[in-house]
Amino acid sequence: MRYDAIVIGAGMSGLAAAARLAQFDKKVVLLERHEVWGGLNSFYTLGGRAFDVGLHALTNFVPKGTRRAPLTKVLRQLRIPYEDLRLGEHEFSEIVTPRARLRFTNRFEDLVAGVAEEFGGEEADRLRRMGEEVRAYAAGGDVAHGRTAREWVRGRLDEDLMDMLFVPLLYYGSAREDDIDLHTFGVLFQSILLEGLCRPEGGIRTLLNLLVKKVKRDGGEIRMRAGVDRIVHDKGVVRGVVLEDGTELESDRVLSSAGWVETKRLAGLDVEPHEIGRLSFLETISSLDCEPTDLGIESATAFFSTRDRFAYRQPETDIDPTSGVISAPNNFRSEKPLKEGRVRLTVLANHDRFCGLDPEAYKAKKEACADQSIQHATTIFPDWRANTVFRDVYTPTTVVRFTSREKGAIYGTPQKRFDGSTGIDGLCLIGTDQGYLGVVGAMMSGISMANAHALVNV
Amino acid sequence: MTRDEVVLAVKDIIETIAPDEDTQNLTMDERLRDQIDLDSMDFLDIVMELRKLYGVQVPEEDYKELATLTGCVEYLHPHLAEKALHCAVS
Repeated sequence: MRYDAIVIGAGMSGLAAAARLAQFDKKVVLLERHEVWGGLNSFYTLGGRAFDVGLHALTNFVPKGTRRAPLTKVLRQLRIPYEDLRLGEHEFSEIVTPRARLRFTNRFEDLVAGVAEEFGGEEADRLRRMGEEVRAYAAGGDVAHGRTAREWVRGRLDEDLMDMLFVPLLYYGSAREDDIDLHTFGVLFQSILLEGLCRPEGGIRTLLNLLVKKVKRDGGEIRMRAGVDRIVHDKGVVRGVVLEDGTELESDRVLSSAGWVETKRLAGLDVEPHEIGRLSFLETISSLDCEPTDLGIESATAFFSTRDRFAYRQPETDIDPTSGVISAPNNFRSEKPLKEGRVRLTVLANHDRFCGLDPEAYKAKKEACADQSIQHATTIFPDWRANTVFRDVYTPTTVVRFTSREKGAIYGTPQKRFDGSTGIDGLCLIGTDQGYLGVVGAMMSGISMANAHALVNV
Repeated sequence: MTRDEVVLAVKDIIETIAPDEDTQNLTMDERLRDQIDLDSMDFLDIVMELRKLYGVQVPEEDYKELATLTGCVEYLHPHLAEKALHCAVS
């Protein structure tokens, strides 16, 4: 079969790319190894309960009609009406470290006010100025590749405050240990602190359904359980892919959301060890017999570090319970309340330590790690264990199984490929490893790469 | 398509791309992006919709010709004269 374009992976970036190409009558096929779409942001049902995996919230929240914002741009490009996402904002989220407890909302000034209280007025002014710098940058400043965010922020903000801001920013998108490149810092700062957090009514399914319906309505083909075995190229030019079942698909345009390392492997290219991401996570999802607020869990998302200095790196032990994210989806505004209370706790985990175990040992380790992480988190948050009626845990190896991300590195390679290039003509990267982050960022990546590589002058 | 219909066709496309924008009061000679919120991605979309609806190919180096409605008419009318207007804004 011959196609105008082949898209690998039905996650957010792949769906958005396929939607864009189908919209303009390209003959496009979207290939997904699994039986459900979503990739890193997907869903499943267990014990009669519906669960979301991946991002806790949508970042990049802006009100309807906001100009030049990633969210509204994405919706415009995909012709999806803003109302269809049925977004509910958070009342507030928080950052908790030994130094302070800071609330933030979808109004940056609320964070600035909290900083004024905890760190003083001058520090608040410095943060406000940083917000302005990031805004100017996002509006089209020079792209600051090569520099790291720590270098840039140091001297501009108090060291403790920098550490606090880095908890949500690194947890929501850094593939690099303890730091982040300056460009990505700007993107995350804008998407989380200047814009904000929200949740679609119905969770990630709402958004996925919109995208899938759109691809299909516009004539795009989606093949499930269609894993790619290899990407075929010849003399530096892509020719197509071969599926795991041996089916050959031809195209001179292949957009891969598999990840940089994974795409290289599919194309038979050498991978350098430093290209492989080291950051993976263990997440425990608890179903409660009450609302999180009944227990005193008021924030929609809480980013915490209990150490004096926030450590965002691969733990040498199974997990590092001393920092993480607590997400309570019930605490986003919603038309109708969720069926039950939910608390999700995410902490850093070491992929290799979950490998090579027999099923019994793996299960025991998984549960022990979940216990340990909750035990630690409840030293600074209300305890939800007595009200837990159901619990599910996923580990770095679960991530590998469902996303094919090497080492369960959900944020991919530390060396992003901002232009999407792979060194092979016609083969480009989309999604996380192209350097866009979050659900909205991933969609923007799929759209902009589809535009640049498969629509303009084609 | 008459020259007036070319204007309608372009306005219709803009409303498809940017449903929140009001195209009723667009002037002919002011730059479109100064009147309503259109960025480079939106201009690409105008071009893509023209191709999809009317089969007109606008190469990237000619995008600048579409900066104003007058520019659109001058550039597009020769290509659209023989084509029928598909859909028109009220």
